[in-house]
Amino acid sequence: MAVRVQRDDFDLGSELRALREGRTDIGALVSFSGLVRDDTGDLQELELEHYPGMTEAALAEIEAEAHKRWDLNATLIVHRYGPLKPGEQIMMVAAASPHRKAAFEAADFLMDFLKSRAPFWKKETGVKGAEWVDAKDTDEAALKRW
Amino acid sequence: MKLDVVYFAWVRERIGLPRETVETTASTVGELVAELRAREDRYDLAFSDLTVVRVAVDQVLADFDAPLKDVRELAFFPPMTGG
Repeated sequence: MAVRVQRDDFDLGSELRALREGRTDIGALVSFSGLVRDDTGDLQELELEHYPGMTEAALAEIEAEAHKRWDLNATLIVHRYGPLKPGEQIMMVAAASPHRKAAFEAADFLMDFLKSRAPFWKKETGVKGAEWVDAKDTDEAALKRW
Repeated sequence: MKLDVVYFAWVRERIGLPRETVETTASTVGELVAELRAREDRYDLAFSDLTVVRVAVDQVLADFDAPLKDVRELAFFPPMTGG
């Protein structure tokens, strides 16, 4: 289990390689990465604010819950903060398990809880000014399926 | 009693500072919010719709009826939008 909150970018391939290095018990490795999306062509910057201390604790708790629910070999959550440009990586999760279903489900679970329970906030700056991104009702509703 | 209050995202912008020490006699988070709203317009504006404000007590998500006894750090922020 590992959680990292950082300003710097990360290399998805290196992270996944490190996660499985020296191990022969992993049969399935699922990863997800979130990118800065520009829907309108107007986005100049996405600023990620977070709550240092609580962020790490909240992510570790979400990760621990995933390990209780599924048979997992390893998990990793990396989330960036600070100003990001369209197309940049925001975050990643990875879940390794002996079997595919647990790895897929755990990665999905990590993402659903990360979105609504980890203290991050997005602010978009575009040609017309800056605006905080609103949380979606569907994000909160997504937690109920677990 | 005194406690540290921290603000994030648009709550921070509306109140105009990221952190302050507040002297209060409130016994719950909700009572403190009412006190702050009565104090100045910027608090009144930030807390005008509590359905879009979340609370953390000592860095753990909590409700507005959470007690303030022995709390060191209280945080207010909008619903989270990570990922």
